[in-house]
Parts: sequence; C-alpha cells; structure tokens
Amino acid sequence: MKKEWLVYLGILIVSLILFFVVTEPITFSPTVSFIIIGLILLAIVYIFVRTIQGNYVGRQTVFLFVGISVILPFFMTITQPIKLSPEVGSLYTALGELQPGSKVLISFDYDPPSAPELQPMAETFFYYCFKNDLKVLIMGLWPQGPQQADLAIQKALEQPDIAAKNIEYGVDYINLGFQAGNEFVIQRMGSSFKSMFPTDFYGTPYDSLPLVDGISNFSNIDFSMNLSAGYPGTIEWVQVAVDRYGVKLGAGNTAVQAPQVYPYLNSGQIKGLLGGLNGAAEFEKVVGVIGKGTKFMVSQSAAHVIVIAFIIIGNAAFFLGDKRKKSKAAEKKEA
Amino acid sequence: MEMSELIGIWLGAFLTLGIISFLYGDNPWYKLCEAIFVGSSAGYWFITLFWDNIYSKFYVGVTQDGNYMLLVGGVLGFLMLMRLISKIGWISRWPLAFVVGAIAGFYLINYFSSNVMYQVNATIMPLFGSGYGDPIFSASFGNVINKIIIAGGTFTGLVYFFFSKEHKGAFGATAKVGIWVIMLTFGASFGYTVMSRMSLLIGRMDFIFGDWLGLIK
Repeated sequence: MKKEWLVYLGILIVSLILFFVVTEPITFSPTVSFIIIGLILLAIVYIFVRTIQGNYVGRQTVFLFVGISVILPFFMTITQPIKLSPEVGSLYTALGELQPGSKVLISFDYDPPSAPELQPMAETFFYYCFKNDLKVLIMGLWPQGPQQADLAIQKALEQPDIAAKNIEYGVDYINLGFQAGNEFVIQRMGSSFKSMFPTDFYGTPYDSLPLVDGISNFSNIDFSMNLSAGYPGTIEWVQVAVDRYGVKLGAGNTAVQAPQVYPYLNSGQIKGLLGGLNGAAEFEKVVGVIGKGTKFMVSQSAAHVIVIAFIIIGNAAFFLGDKRKKSKAAEKKEA
Repeated sequence: MEMSELIGIWLGAFLTLGIISFLYGDNPWYKLCEAIFVGSSAGYWFITLFWDNIYSKFYVGVTQDGNYMLLVGGVLGFLMLMRLISKIGWISRWPLAFVVGAIAGFYLINYFSSNVMYQVNATIMPLFGSGYGDPIFSASFGNVINKIIIAGGTFTGLVYFFFSKEHKGAFGATAKVGIWVIMLTFGASFGYTVMSRMSLLIGRMDFIFGDWLGLIK
C-alpha cells in the first residue's frame, strides 16, 4: 500500500474516533494551556538551535506548527486583551450619531470563503442596529452576499435582548437581494433603488415593503455600511456612492483588502474601517458582544507568533547557510 | 441535526481535509477536491449569470417590461460571440470597443475624483492645524508627525518613480528614502495578507473541530 493511502486511512480513523468517541467539547484549564504554550515555545527554541547547528527543518514542520498554533487555542480558556483602534472607534462614533429609526443600508459584497473575517462583523453590526432601533436595508453586489446576510441576521436575532424586541421582516429590516452589474448598480441606486431592486430577495414587490416607504435613493439613507472582500466592494462604493451622492459610508474589509482602503479613511471618504479579524474583534468589544472575532483572536495571535518565529529561523538558516557555503568554498580553494 | 445538514457537513469536512492534504504533497484526494471546486464554481457562476443577467434583466426586461433599449445591449452581447467563428471574428471588436470606451469614460471620472483629487487634498493638509479652516496649532503632536510622514512618504515615493534624472546625490538619497517607504508599505500589506490567510485557516479549523467534530464549545 502506498504511504499516502496510509495517511488518508490514519486521518479517517482519527476523525471517526473523535466524532464517535469524544462526544463532549474539550476545554483545557489555564494551567494546562500555559504548559502547552510553554512546550510549543521550547520546541521552537529547539528548532532554532538545530537550525544554527545546520540541521534545517522541512516546510511540513512549519505547516504543522502553524496548524497547532491555530487549533489549540480553540480549546483554551485564556483570552487576549483587545485594544480599540482609531479606525474602529470612528466607525462606532459615526454609528452613535444615528437616531432611532434611521435608515441604514448594508451591502454584502463577499462570499463564504471570506466569511471567517467578515461574518463576525456582520453579526455584530446587525446586533448594534437592532439594539439601537435602526432600520436595516440589506443588498449584495456578490451573488452569495444576501445569503450571508440571512445567516448573520439569524445569529443577531438569537441574542436574548434582540429576541425580546420582536424584530420584524419588512418593518425593521429587509433583504433586497443580489443585483448583477457591479458599480453600475450603485450608480443606478443614486437615482432609484426600485429600478435595481424591483422585488426583495424573496420576491416581494419593492412597494409592498413598509420599510422602504419613502426611500427612493441614497438621499433617504442615513448611513451605509459595506462589507467587502474585493471587487466590487468598498472602493467602488467610495467612488460612486460617497463621492457622487454624498453617502456616509463605513467599511468592513478582509485584511488583504484593508491596506487599499486606508487612504480613503485618511481622506475622510469613509467614516470608519474594520480591517480583518482584528477589526471584527475590536468592533465586538466596543459594541459589547463576544463573538467569533474575539474568540478567534487568540488563534490569530498564536499563528502570528509562530510565523514571526519561523521568519527568524528561516533568516538564520539563510545567513548561516551562506556563511557555511563561503567557508566551504574557501576550504576548497586552500586544498 | 437534519440528515441533509449532516451530509453537507461531512462533505464539507471531506473537501476541506482534501484541500489541506496538499500541504503534505500533491495527491489524488487533493486533485479530486480541486476538480470538484473548479467544476462546481464554473457551474455556479454560469447559472447565476444566466438567470440574473440574460433571463431576469434581458428576457424579462424586453418581453414583460417592454424595455426595448435592452435589445441594443443584447445585440452587442451577441456580436461578442462572433469571435467563435474565425471568418467573421472581427465583428466582436465592435462590442468590445463599446465596452472599453464606456468603462474607460466611467472610470476616468471616478478615479480622478476619488483617487486623485481627494487623495491629493488629504496629503497636503495644514501642518499645524487640525484641518482646512481650523485655527493654527490646533493639531496634536502625533497628528503633525502623521502629516509629515504622509506628505514626505508620498513625495519620496514619487521621486523614486521619476526616471528622467539619474538617481544620484540629493535626488538619489530622496529616491532611496522613497524605496524604503515603498518597502514598508509592501511589508504592511504582506502582514495584512498573512493575517487574512490565517483567518481563513482559523475559519476552516473552526468548521472541522466545531461544526464537524463538535469538540469546541
């Protein structure tokens, strides 16, 4: 039997054991957690020493350590302090200026692959809106965006204080669905929402929805939020909705996209920015929710520590290897 | 948990582990998962674009709403397909020219306004004032430093990309500062990219150990 098939079989057996035998969630106590962290750090130091001695590790070892650093914090009870950054603070301030009953438009411009970063932002944003009696209009320039919105709405509605409010579809929030056309959809919405969304996500005619009574274009919207993972996304919203129609815009982006959006924050074209998982965690903190953004931050930080450690180890290997090559070449020359 | 949901989760776990198995090395399991991903993505996009554009916008727009202007777009779209016939393939250049012209015109205004005018405005701010029209010395010390870094970084970065003069002397030194600024920007972008990729891995691991195996609270 080939080696790889043995690996598949091993994965299958371990998975089945975990699925059928371990039926309760696993949680490490803080003491066990710190012992594990200590052991991982010792292993890193050992790899560093071995590297200096000229014994280099393979890439699989790096993957293994990154995997461990991501997975183990799920089972640990330790938390990480989260500091509020100015970009998240300014978004929260801008939202705080909205009066109850204000109309908020949120565009879901992402799909499931970007959900780990953007979904916690969406859930917290809905929670904030419902808690503060803001009326929410949902749309998407990505086909799967409105479905992501529905998932986030369900999570927000599960919160006890929101469930007590009897939030009603059509009155407190609506999902207008997806519309193809990228930035041209935003352009058309500047004159008429109805022309782009004649029905909502479920086929109800636009005019039959009580929430949109009196909403014809961007001038009737008090604040817009864009959750984006690429094109079309925040940049297009800034270019069309903000700069042409004067919409107040907040943005939540994947970390990859955040550096491209920062200039718009500096120029005041967007009111605030949630960048990646870190932004999601900060937003959860300021709103007062403990969601996946906060929970995942320990894994995120642990993975970053491991990446930095292996960058140092990799550089040590590179420079020492170079030195060794030179000394070997000098020895050969002498011989 | 419903059976359909359970099957979905097991299928998701099978495909996730298959894709991750590439870290060990290229293998048939990974290839199978990759082929499923490519095929299902292509199918999904084809169906989505067909129903959202050709059916909902074009067909319904023309036949039910009587919006005959859409026929112009429809004809242009049809002409685009002419490239499949080599003898009359040149016809496809007409709709392409229309698209390029229209998009270029649209983007010219957007980018000039949002990415040039607003950004220039935000780069050259009053040094000691909080903003335009604010009293002098109203900016904090950190704010002043920020403005110097932004204006200086932009200037030196632009100098680096000025190749009509040899990068020597004071000009060369400024260009060197510019390349450092650019490298720092790339470093920040790389850091954010690492963060993003880690987030995706965290999301998948949460699915494996939480939704699938039920080991996380």
